[in-house]
Amino acid sequence: MPQTGFAEFFTGGPFPASYVIMVVIGLVFVYLGIAKKWEPLLLVPIGFSLLLVNLFPGLMAVEQTRTIEAPFDGQVTAIEVSAGDAVVEGDHLFDLTLDAGGVKAIQSPVDGIVGELKVTEGQHVSQGEALTELELSGTLLTGAEPTGLFARIFHYGIQWEIIPILIFLGLGAMTDFGPLIANPKTLLLGAAAQFGVYFVFFMALFIGFSIPEACSIGIIGGADGPTTVYLTAALAPGLLAATAPAAYSYMAMVPIIQPPVIKLLTTKEERKIYMKPQLREVSKLERIAFPFIISIVIILLVPEAAPLIGAFMVGNLLLVSGVTGRLAETAGGPFMNVLTILLGLAIGGIMTADNFLRISSLEIFGLGLVAFATATAFGVLVAKLMNKFSKEPINPMIGAAGVSAVPMSARVVQRMGQKENPRNFLLMHAMGPNLAGVIGTITAAGIFLSLVG
Amino acid sequence: MAREVVEAPIPGKILEVYVKEGDKIEEGDVICTLESMKMENPIVAPVSGVVNEVKVSPEQAIKSGETIAVIEY
Repeated sequence: MPQTGFAEFFTGGPFPASYVIMVVIGLVFVYLGIAKKWEPLLLVPIGFSLLLVNLFPGLMAVEQTRTIEAPFDGQVTAIEVSAGDAVVEGDHLFDLTLDAGGVKAIQSPVDGIVGELKVTEGQHVSQGEALTELELSGTLLTGAEPTGLFARIFHYGIQWEIIPILIFLGLGAMTDFGPLIANPKTLLLGAAAQFGVYFVFFMALFIGFSIPEACSIGIIGGADGPTTVYLTAALAPGLLAATAPAAYSYMAMVPIIQPPVIKLLTTKEERKIYMKPQLREVSKLERIAFPFIISIVIILLVPEAAPLIGAFMVGNLLLVSGVTGRLAETAGGPFMNVLTILLGLAIGGIMTADNFLRISSLEIFGLGLVAFATATAFGVLVAKLMNKFSKEPINPMIGAAGVSAVPMSARVVQRMGQKENPRNFLLMHAMGPNLAGVIGTITAAGIFLSLVG
Repeated sequence: MAREVVEAPIPGKILEVYVKEGDKIEEGDVICTLESMKMENPIVAPVSGVVNEVKVSPEQAIKSGETIAVIEY
């Protein structure tokens, strides 16, 4: 019990109700996932793991002490620190004159406070014998070694940037790029929606966030969870507790956020514009060439996007090659499911009261909403412009699908289009910008990484 | 009477059919649900009228452009 968040509540920690607030937030996430079916595959594991970590913070525990041991047999010939000294990584602690000859300077491997000295000058020590113990004050986000289960998943999965990249491999194996290949003009709409990302990047800078933080907040506008997690882990890991749930909850709220923005920027007549439902057939050769062309172009233009776009396109090649069906099935199925579980646990795990209950989290959620709404708006406005110059009429609503919440935003456009004009079936037209939006958001993340990372 | 042919806008599988021949139907009413791209897509009536023919049944695979139903109005 003393190790639990509730103990803090009953004994009166610095903000005792915070753990209870987080538990309630966890329950709300689980409720939204189960009862409302909002992104249940993510909100349920995120919600329950954030509940667990706030009941038992030990799940996110990091190393508290580090024993400094003699690396070889020898004699301690100098002690450069005293008990209670604060040291940083690389500080000189001891000199050891080795039995095998030579002198070895022993440096601090981490930041910490020197504990009791276990040796005296002139003392002979054997390899592995403790010289002192450092008390560590770092957190997972400042580089401390993880010891708790969720901390390990977060450290090796997210901080090592493994899970988001592999998720893209799975996504690639599940994605049919046919609508985008059939109508490549829609790439423009995917690009247009990224203006929302840059708009909020500057807003966040204006509010007072640092450049790396502003990049991580702006990318929420892309409505792409794995990209947001990847970029934030690389540039501003301290914000992950807010940017990741913001990105995923806004993806879940696409049907609520997008329709008012679309209606504000279009007339009823524009929303009724009819588009022929069938797109042209896409050949197998085109499908196979697509991942190669996209990889080459994007990586040459924005090399920092290579891990994400590369994984995305490898996964897609497995799907379309026609000879790796088993691999595509695994990548897009069980492999993706395992990664989704680990991602949910890691994101929920980082949402401790200390990390989440900050004013900046509210600002991030607010800015994320603006990013998402402006990305939608830019997509719609560019689609309106394209409609003016296109021979075939373009329903401006399909621009809203330029945010990369696949396939939710395409479905919103489809539903709204059908409601305004029952003859309309805009799904495939909206899938083009939707898929282009994923590529656009990856590219935007790559641009941020190359400028700031 | 005029006839409106409702065609499948995308290839997929029919999950459910909600109308039968002779039914009166209003514009926007759902005729059937078509599963495609892992999504359930309602196919709605483009006009109000009477269902003259229903060409699909549940679990049937359908190509884009194939007839789903004919409505007389």
